[in-house]
Amino acid sequence: VTARRSAAAGAATIELMTVTVRVFARLREIVGASEMRRPIGAGWTVRNVWRALAHEYPPLAEFEPSISAAVNAEYARMESPVSDGDEVAFLPPVSGG
Amino acid sequence: VHAPATTRDLVAVTRDRLDVASLAARVSAPGQGAVATFVGLVRDESGGRRVQYLEYEAYEPLAVSALARILDETREHWPAVRAACHHRVGRLEIGDASVVIAAASPHRADAFAACRYVIERVKQIAPIWKHEHFDGGAVWIEGATADPRDEASQALALARARGDRAP
Repeated sequence: VTARRSAAAGAATIELMTVTVRVFARLREIVGASEMRRPIGAGWTVRNVWRALAHEYPPLAEFEPSISAAVNAEYARMESPVSDGDEVAFLPPVSGG
Repeated sequence: VHAPATTRDLVAVTRDRLDVASLAARVSAPGQGAVATFVGLVRDESGGRRVQYLEYEAYEPLAVSALARILDETREHWPAVRAACHHRVGRLEIGDASVVIAAASPHRADAFAACRYVIERVKQIAPIWKHEHFDGGAVWIEGATADPRDEASQALALARARGDRAP
């Protein structure tokens, strides 16, 4: 995880870059929460966020081939970059209708 | 005289009861000779299980934009069609409407086809999930991996809409 220096506080403090992670349906039940803040590193993609989450919650790993992802409420690729403050969502296969 | 409906009125993800008649009225216009409607209902049986009720969950902002995207696609395939789709979320009882679609067109063939296309695409790409509650438990229903840009699934929806035999 990379940190960047807070412009205001100079060298005294560092701020983590974070994203809001949202998960739904079965993924939400595995995680036990619908929304959480997680740190990210420089140059991270959606896949890095997913892998970190799956490391934290190993039962998620088997979902990797079937999930979709969204960044800031728009469909995204696992290769899409993420930035500080983004909302990153992971979606199991859908069943609307 | 018909009040001009905004695109916002044409799609919705809501906890409120759905009303297909008002949706049909919303897409009707003097040049439209046909309105086809579709209503999805909660069934009391699924995979041999006796269903008690369904709980629908959605990623609401993305679901609204996915429905808007589906209407844009529909307009590309059937430029004269005006379509609308509302999806319900929350707890639904047996017989409740979970989704309503209306498609108006100058002639019936395009109205039916567009209506079918919308429901096929809803099932493919709307970020909405069914939690099915039955005697003794509950399961999440998982259908398609949502990928709006996937051309194979778009082609499948189009083939079904046009009544091709194979798919």
